[in-house]
Amino acid sequence: MKRSKTFSNGLWIALAYLLALTGFAFAAGEEEAAWNGGLRQKFFGDRPIEEGNQIVELTAPYRAEDPALVPIQISSKIPQTKDRFIKTVTLIIDNNPVPFSGIFHFTPESGKADLAMRVRVNAYTHIRAIAETNDGKLYMNKAFVKASGGCSAPIGTDLEAAMARMGKMKFKLDNEKAVLRQPNLAQLLISHPNITGLQMDQLTRMIKPAHFVEEVKVSFNDKPVLTAQTDIAISADPNFRFYFVPETAGELKAEIRDNKGNRFSASQTVTP
Amino acid sequence: MKVPAIALLLPFIALNVPARDDTSKISLQQVAPGIYVHQGIHELPDRHNRGEIANIGFIVGQRCVAVIDTGGSPDQGRALKKAVESITTTPICYVINTHVHPDHIYGNIAFKQPGVSFIGHHKLAEAMAMRAPFYREKAERDLGFGLETENFVPPDHPVRDTLVLELGARALVLKAHRTAHTDSDLSIYDARTKTLWLADLLFMGHLPVIDGSLNGWLATIEELRKIDAELAIPGHGPVSADWPEALEPEERYLKTLQSEIRAFIKDGRTMEDAMANVGLSARGDWQLFDEFHKRNISTAFAELEWEDE
Repeated sequence: MKRSKTFSNGLWIALAYLLALTGFAFAAGEEEAAWNGGLRQKFFGDRPIEEGNQIVELTAPYRAEDPALVPIQISSKIPQTKDRFIKTVTLIIDNNPVPFSGIFHFTPESGKADLAMRVRVNAYTHIRAIAETNDGKLYMNKAFVKASGGCSAPIGTDLEAAMARMGKMKFKLDNEKAVLRQPNLAQLLISHPNITGLQMDQLTRMIKPAHFVEEVKVSFNDKPVLTAQTDIAISADPNFRFYFVPETAGELKAEIRDNKGNRFSASQTVTP
Repeated sequence: MKVPAIALLLPFIALNVPARDDTSKISLQQVAPGIYVHQGIHELPDRHNRGEIANIGFIVGQRCVAVIDTGGSPDQGRALKKAVESITTTPICYVINTHVHPDHIYGNIAFKQPGVSFIGHHKLAEAMAMRAPFYREKAERDLGFGLETENFVPPDHPVRDTLVLELGARALVLKAHRTAHTDSDLSIYDARTKTLWLADLLFMGHLPVIDGSLNGWLATIEELRKIDAELAIPGHGPVSADWPEALEPEERYLKTLQSEIRAFIKDGRTMEDAMANVGLSARGDWQLFDEFHKRNISTAFAELEWEDE
């Protein structure tokens, strides 16, 4: 009797364990496979990551209209102060051929660590924004996006025009007159084909080599506002929205570098 | 309203070409003497319709037949070929592809044989090459059939500006356009019946889909309007329609997009905002509006952001 009871207990425990395992697999699903299967470890090691939207919130369309041009927003939930601020936001698109999409560095001068941009999504996937605050803690918010083929989608129809325009940049400010000592919204438009290196020419069997913006530095009066290392997930003609805090009138400046070493810069006078 | 004389003279004859095997059946209507059109359906390409959604057909001359677009699947291409052979003994000399989209070119392989020349826009070969890997994956996933490299038959004769095709007592004028619906749009004009085969430069009923340039498309419409035609053949919509009235809904839609998106950009509003709010008043006028409208906005927004450069 005793033995059989132990046996049945053991069986139940095993069953429960199995159920828990499969239950976990169903709950987390394939959606977490890439993240748990290496991405997390690769980018953040064993560091604890708090999940939720208490520090940053990621917004993305559930179904992408154009997988090569998916608008996403990251909104911060804390102001950028000298004492406490978001230092970086890392953007990971789990099931993209290159999951690392960008890391964005902020300063207290950013005012608000908000960001918006357009990305390529190659398969049904989670997009994750992982924020690191200045005390070294990590916070993650994610959104699931249904899209396919964004990275292998054919290069925009007017590549010639795009190449001719490459490196042109313009700033757009939310208000004509800047509000001093407050976060002001700015938009940086970069003309660059941002070729992924995954688009193949079937006739020649040639892959168009990857050619994309790798670094973006935005400063105001030479103080960094937003510095980013970016990869092929950023859509053609990269477009970033962000905040900066002008203490006085001055110059907003963008310097970019692509993976072929081309450098471009542009600036915009800001007046209150 | 201008009444197309041809349309009055000719009853629209629906022909159901007898099948020699289970795949080869296609309905055709003669819209003008010697011009036959198969009417597509307003659906997204899928496994059920096998991507066979576009208007396709052919024009018969005394010496030659020119096929205009070959359909959304190799089977539909074979069906079209059999239909041509059952209607006329005149040989097929030309296959004209009006642009790169799958619903217009996947039947190409059915016509590839000695004596048949393929004709397309000078950018068509490159567009096919750049898109083929992506399209093959998509066909496998969405349409349920595999395609080989050979299915993408590039043109033997690229059209840079215009090309006159002599079919025997009938000359077709082919014109390669600037980037509009796609970057490989070609229109065909038959002077004998004053018929303008516009394919996807003209959408009727089915929401216009921008895969090229909104500004380019509107500029192309301006040029097309000058053509002295009586009948137009859209790529999606009825088999034929009165010219130039047929253009009006499409032009109105594209112009609304253009003016509203320009206003959004000027006001510093975002692409997301535009996608949610631009052009919604047109929703009742079109089929497949929800499937393509937002994407049209994002494509156009990305274009118009840089239109002053």
